[in-house]
Amino acid sequence: MSQGDLFIVFIALIGGAIRVSTPFMFVALGECLTEKSGRINLGLEGNLVLGAMVAYAGSYTTGSPWLGVLMAGCSGLVLGAMHGYICKLPKVNDIAVGIAFMSFGIGLAFFFGKPYIQPTAPRLEAIPLGGWSSDPLVAQALQVNPLFFLGIALALFLRWAFANTRWGLILRMTGDSAASARAMGVSVDLVRLLATAAGGFLAGVGGAFLSLFYPGSWNEGLSSGQGLMAVALVIFARWDPIRCVLAALLFGAAGALGPSLQSIGVSQGYYFFNAAPYILTLFIMIASARSKSAAREAPGELSIVK
Amino acid sequence: MFTSSLTRRSLLKAGAAGAALAALPFGAARAANPIVIGAVYVGPRDDFGWNQAHATAMDILKQVPGVTVIEEEKVAETDAVTQSMESMINLDQANLILATSFGYYTPFVVEAAKKYPNVQFRHAAPLWKEGDPKNAGSYFGYLNQAHFVNGVAAGLSSKAGKIGFVAAKPIPSVLSNVNSVLLGARSVNPNATVQVIFTGEWSLPVREAEASNALIDAGCDVITCHVDGPKVVIETAEARGVKSCGHNASQAPLAPKGFITGAEYKWETIYKIYADALATGSELPNFIAGGYHNDMLRNTPYGAGATPEAIQAADAAIAGLKAKKPIYVGPLKDNTGKIVIEGTMDNYDPVLDGMGYLLEGVQGSTT
Amino acid sequence: MTAVLASSSIERGGLSPRAIRMIEAVIIPLGALVASAALFSVFLLFLGKSPVTFFNLIWTGGFGSAFSIQNTLQRAAPLILTGLAFAIPARIGLTLIGAEGALVLGGFSAAAIAIPLVRGGWTPWIGLPIMAIAAMLVGAFWIGLAGWLRHYRGVNETISSLLLSYIAIAIMNFFVEGALRDPASANKPSTMPIGDAYRIGPMPGTSVHWGLAAGVVLAVILWLLMSRTTFGFAARMTGGNVRAAQAQGLPVGFLVVACCAIAGACAGLAGFFEVAAIHGQANASLVAGYGFTGILVAFLARQNPLAVVPVAILFGALAAAGGLVQRRMAMPDATVLVLQGMIFVVLLVSETFYGRIPFLQPKRAGDRS
Repeated sequence: MSQGDLFIVFIALIGGAIRVSTPFMFVALGECLTEKSGRINLGLEGNLVLGAMVAYAGSYTTGSPWLGVLMAGCSGLVLGAMHGYICKLPKVNDIAVGIAFMSFGIGLAFFFGKPYIQPTAPRLEAIPLGGWSSDPLVAQALQVNPLFFLGIALALFLRWAFANTRWGLILRMTGDSAASARAMGVSVDLVRLLATAAGGFLAGVGGAFLSLFYPGSWNEGLSSGQGLMAVALVIFARWDPIRCVLAALLFGAAGALGPSLQSIGVSQGYYFFNAAPYILTLFIMIASARSKSAAREAPGELSIVK
Repeated sequence: MFTSSLTRRSLLKAGAAGAALAALPFGAARAANPIVIGAVYVGPRDDFGWNQAHATAMDILKQVPGVTVIEEEKVAETDAVTQSMESMINLDQANLILATSFGYYTPFVVEAAKKYPNVQFRHAAPLWKEGDPKNAGSYFGYLNQAHFVNGVAAGLSSKAGKIGFVAAKPIPSVLSNVNSVLLGARSVNPNATVQVIFTGEWSLPVREAEASNALIDAGCDVITCHVDGPKVVIETAEARGVKSCGHNASQAPLAPKGFITGAEYKWETIYKIYADALATGSELPNFIAGGYHNDMLRNTPYGAGATPEAIQAADAAIAGLKAKKPIYVGPLKDNTGKIVIEGTMDNYDPVLDGMGYLLEGVQGSTT
Repeated sequence: MTAVLASSSIERGGLSPRAIRMIEAVIIPLGALVASAALFSVFLLFLGKSPVTFFNLIWTGGFGSAFSIQNTLQRAAPLILTGLAFAIPARIGLTLIGAEGALVLGGFSAAAIAIPLVRGGWTPWIGLPIMAIAAMLVGAFWIGLAGWLRHYRGVNETISSLLLSYIAIAIMNFFVEGALRDPASANKPSTMPIGDAYRIGPMPGTSVHWGLAAGVVLAVILWLLMSRTTFGFAARMTGGNVRAAQAQGLPVGFLVVACCAIAGACAGLAGFFEVAAIHGQANASLVAGYGFTGILVAFLARQNPLAVVPVAILFGALAAAGGLVQRRMAMPDATVLVLQGMIFVVLLVSETFYGRIPFLQPKRAGDRS
């Protein structure tokens, strides 16, 4: 493998991280918000797929991709709010409801998405940040969609807001101890409803990225489980928005490994290179899971980590 | 091998003359019953690819008087297909099943054919052989011929002479398409190369997009593919400003600027043979396979990406294929340097069905 | 309506808690099914389709004839096993979503170990049990690994099982397309076929394979294990409160790994039946999503191994009828997905009524009802 080849792979990993990470980022941030409130929504895959369909349909009918993004967010918001409302009923298991909503959301997306597979809708434009470089590889890798920056900005904002704002405090308190939140006069159910709805909105936006930017097309095989994986990444990222972004970037870069290695002629065992994101995540989890901080950072009310 | 090759060729002939073939009166026993055709697809009917090509052609059958077509989509290559076929037979009285996905054949179609000897089964891959149930059969088009035409057009439309190929799995039918693109391109540009990336799955849009990007980054300026739904590959190529060649169905509307041409099946030719046979009550042929010489393939009308020379050369290539001009002319080496084809191969030589190599000039590996 | 009927026939407050629980366990899910059917009817009317035709077809396709019933049961068979694979660890408080991987790897192992057995001319009476055991052991190892990582390394089992699932599929594909590929399986890379002698036929008088019987038997055994043995009691106690269980001196680590291993063995056995009864070899078609559907089955069965059976049959019926709906009503395959989603959501909402149906509760002073 020559130095030039290594450069190609390196650039591909960076490009892959930027291209592939955004849906993971939005779903993970949405889930992070929800889980901070002490509720888990395992069904964001449904929001993602429905969001992808609604965004494409919206962009096609209105001619404005950004309106499509907004509509995708709203579809996710509705699913999230339903999840949040149902989970506040006593004895209802939030994980189960999440999985039910996953199949419901996917079902709706496939059912109503049929007429939108064939037409071509206007897509989101990229910002060419690589204009400074004469290298076409670099220029291409730095074709960045505004949603990518929006996701990073959102992560910074969430991190700040969790720590420094009143509602951030309320949210975390609700997540850590419902009893003490109630004692403070906080409506636990309302906080969780809002957090789940907001999380659903973000997952819908993540879906819009899939259908309107990368890979930029609506069809039924579009997601291949990104939403489910992104939910898992939140636990991996230990409920920190910044780490959610880093995890999404890592996952995106690892996903680009297989194709880019093949493009320079390394194709032996491509199944394992293609599974690199999963293998890598597992190893990092095993390596880091024992740390004491991991246990401390989990919201105390979360059913999945109890 | 020699015998089997003979058998295959005689079968091919039978297939070509399928409409005229009338031995036992299939319809006689059923004349009183309406003809119900059950079509099973592995993916959505509108995937811009394999399933869409079948579903579009199925409309031909729907127009035959007295024929009803019932369809099921997204039926997995598991027990689900057995259940779907049996349900069509038991609940909807289907008397011809068209199973359109490769993995449906063994064991599912074979076993169903044994279980329901009065129902006809036809499967879209060249798998039926003597000894398999008589009420089963195969139909298939050798798409690599149309990919050869893709290669010719791409070879003259590409500036860099590098063609990128996004492939699902390193299996013979895919490898044959990759190699045919190379041979097509080399027939007009001896320095042309093809670079292939395997995604490992038949449908995985994000990785297909990643693979397309990796190929374009590696300098390929024409992209083509063999995956179930080529939509993402063609759209990615168009968005990156490179040219593209299609696969399975027409993707021309997806790439108004860079589309060159595409390799398409003409399933309606085969379905017309079936429809005629059903209408006249003659027996359905067990094996129909073909290519350009018997009107079972076509190339998508040229798009804006095709240069005038490319169009001229591609048209000439099509004329050659119609006259059964061979694609694989030896000696040919694989890309590890081993000679894999000694002499000239007939385009339908069954040896080619077992192709397990990439020819010299293709970058990539089958393992 | 149910309420009126029920309250006229049941003496208020005159029932034992056990009887109340049993009545609830019947009328609440039934009520939920009726409610989701009503909801879906509204959806259909909104689309201009006839609910009567639709539910007629669901009945015809799922249960309407001997063929339909067998179709339903055949589809339910793998779901019983994968449902159990989720339900058992859930009783000890683990959310494992990786049964898909254990099924795939189990099925692959069964097909792989069959190669020397078939070549060596072993009788299927010995060969098939070896295949089944291999599948169960590998499945048990794979999910057991997630349990072990959880207990001894503190790795969240939900993620690790999902990741292991993807890795399992990669391993299977790697071997199926590489070292263990049958050269004859040109266009669909598969392992060597196990041959007709090794194929498990249907149960006598039916077209349903033996996986259904295995699933039902295992459901009963596991129900006995979880509700009638010390092991089950200890596991459920651990699921209720790990710290209390540890304080009691229960071998929590063993219980966790054992429950996971049982789950993996169930999924692996499902994989064995997919290979031995359905495919006759291992290939990418083993990845059919049964593992993920099993999660829903288990949740709707409220993690009760016995209830897994009827719920899996309900799923089987919907899948069986789905094709008929596509064919007769010209509706897309996603129709059944929407109906399934509605049923799941409504059934889960109905959980909230357990212990809260007014006329079933013992009278208390100031009771609002």
